[in-house]
Amino acid sequence: MELTGAEIFVRCLQDEGVDIIFGYPGGAVLHIYDALYQQDKVRHILVRHEQAATHAADGYARATGRPGVALVTSGPGATNAVTGIATAYMDSIPLVVFTGQVPTPLIGNDAFQEVDSIGITRPCVKHNFLVRDVRLLAETIKKAFYVATTGRPGPVVVDIPKDITAQRCEYSYPKRVTMRSYNPVVKGHSGQIKKAVDLIMTAKRPMLYTGGGVILDNASKTLTEFTRLLGFPITNTLMGLGAYPATDKQFVGMLGMHGTYEANMAMHSCDVLVAIGARFDDRVTGNIEKFCPTAKIVHIDVDPASISKNVKVDVPIVGGVDNVLKHMLKLVKEGSDKPDAEALKEWWQQIDEWRAIDCLKFDRTSDIIKPQYVVETLYKVTKGNAYVTSDVGQHQMWAAQFYKFDKPRRWINSGGLGTMGFGFPAAMGVQLAFPDETVCCITGEGSIQMCIQELSTCRQYGLPVKIINLNNRYLGMVRQWQEFFYQKRYAMSYMESLPDFVKLAESYGHVGMKIEKPGDVEGALKEAMKIRDRTVFLDFITDQYENVYPMIPAGGGQNEMILI
Amino acid sequence: MRHIISLLLENESGALSRVAGLFSARGYNIESLTVAPTEDPSLSRMTIVTRGTDSVIEQITKQLNKLIDVVKLMDMTEGPHIEREMLLMKVQAKDAAREELKRITDIFRGRIIDVTDSSYIIELTGAGEKIDAFLQAVDPASILEVVRSGVSGIARGDKALRI
Repeated sequence: MELTGAEIFVRCLQDEGVDIIFGYPGGAVLHIYDALYQQDKVRHILVRHEQAATHAADGYARATGRPGVALVTSGPGATNAVTGIATAYMDSIPLVVFTGQVPTPLIGNDAFQEVDSIGITRPCVKHNFLVRDVRLLAETIKKAFYVATTGRPGPVVVDIPKDITAQRCEYSYPKRVTMRSYNPVVKGHSGQIKKAVDLIMTAKRPMLYTGGGVILDNASKTLTEFTRLLGFPITNTLMGLGAYPATDKQFVGMLGMHGTYEANMAMHSCDVLVAIGARFDDRVTGNIEKFCPTAKIVHIDVDPASISKNVKVDVPIVGGVDNVLKHMLKLVKEGSDKPDAEALKEWWQQIDEWRAIDCLKFDRTSDIIKPQYVVETLYKVTKGNAYVTSDVGQHQMWAAQFYKFDKPRRWINSGGLGTMGFGFPAAMGVQLAFPDETVCCITGEGSIQMCIQELSTCRQYGLPVKIINLNNRYLGMVRQWQEFFYQKRYAMSYMESLPDFVKLAESYGHVGMKIEKPGDVEGALKEAMKIRDRTVFLDFITDQYENVYPMIPAGGGQNEMILI
Repeated sequence: MRHIISLLLENESGALSRVAGLFSARGYNIESLTVAPTEDPSLSRMTIVTRGTDSVIEQITKQLNKLIDVVKLMDMTEGPHIEREMLLMKVQAKDAAREELKRITDIFRGRIIDVTDSSYIIELTGAGEKIDAFLQAVDPASILEVVRSGVSGIARGDKALRI
């Protein structure tokens, strides 16, 4: 039987096992929406802005490990989606975004709601496709999911002209596709892996530095076993938190610009560094000239282009993180070499001295709410089991520092692009994937206003997301930099005319709470956790001048932190 | 260092812009770029001449390989290879200059492929350096138009860029 392009589209999603998509209708996708309306296998979530559709799909993907799917119309639908696509690209999140396009004969004619979606998204996708023939639609969709989810994952855009969705052809969904130009590596080179293990066993001051790649490749279990077997200290990047249990004694905290003193000092002083699924981002390395001056470096990554891009490494291994780690684990177990216990003991003594500095201490006697205290209490109240999304800024760093993630895929934030407005729609995506779990969005009064319209979406679908608004009436991270580096000239960082967030939440039918005293923090959080049918907006009025410490200033090495 | 990078890429609309976009987005330089279909109509062959330190060239080749449309890549400059570029040049050819231009063209083993009473079109093929040398040898005042094809390259011997 022949189906229309729109029907084929829907059948492809069903056959791909997609249970939920996030979107917003418009002229170019009306045939598709009509086909979606006439089935009930794929659930469509109507957002209030296309940026939120891509962020929600992204949050869904990060929490579940399955690709997120978004559907938007041509022109402004596509351009609004770009921020979300770029966010997913920078963090290697598997996303398939379908954009409507004007009918094929009108392409290039400056038609109504026409934009060159392929051209606009090209620099921020793993790949994109323009479907020019209905007979290629199913295969293209299969390819899109294949490319998005394999190798180093990433977003893929499929641009579908309106006339294609009306044309008919026979439908069959390919079971698998091969592409001669795309063959991602999984297994690492065994010679390199052997070399890496040999090097690791000679280490006196070893350090494991792991990133988002461990989570993307579902390698946490293997990483944990590997780390415990060796007894080495381990740090996670902002993107890698949860890959190794944060409450474990071998975990020395996050590293980087706002990483712990012990993590950064250990990085600076180590003699063998094993980088696993991490990409030596500038927020991690600080001044690259001063990075790990005494270390031999092993780097495991699925993307060859990530290796020796910023830092020249000694033993590169291209391959899937889990696969390579399993191989290394086997060699360690079977080999006769053991880590140097004596040297390791001395190394841990040194690290414990650094730990004793207690770099994350803050004033606990203040009668103003300290933002760190809110995150710490949230951790306590949720027993560390919540899914936590965040926006971008000071609150993001405090969330990363004070919520201890013991499991992967629980910490969801925009690390690479640093997209304010990400956290709330991402939380919706997580909540829809796990309706019974606790999902919290740690945000600030600046970030939350960038996608505040999604309160309406939460209302429509009854999403009990908890918004933890650390409200300091400043764009806090901007203000912190202005305090440190611009002689306290707080240019445009003060948020005047803020709304009454409680009333705002209530106007959408949600629950709003304003918390002004430290003594009320725990009670409010506990009360919020009981509400399961509506969003709860907790507006914490926090210390305006609190800063994030430690901090590596621009140009500084990892051992040149500003401490409180 | 100057490198000649040859690519086989899917002969699809947009493939060229992915390569060009990569170079501009990452700040790599392109000295010349040529592209045309091969004997297999589903593949195009592209030759890019670029400059950079070893680490930059390493990144360029890795990033190119990462593009889904790139099927295969070879850095010609890593081994013995032949490079050719074609020049078409229109020159004013009057009086004494007419004879002089004919002579220089012969010395460089070029050909005059169009003649009017006041102009020539000269065709010359060779490595980039030879084209540069020829352009220096010709009186700039007589040059009306210069068209260079950009460099094409091929490896010597058995080594071949094919799938």
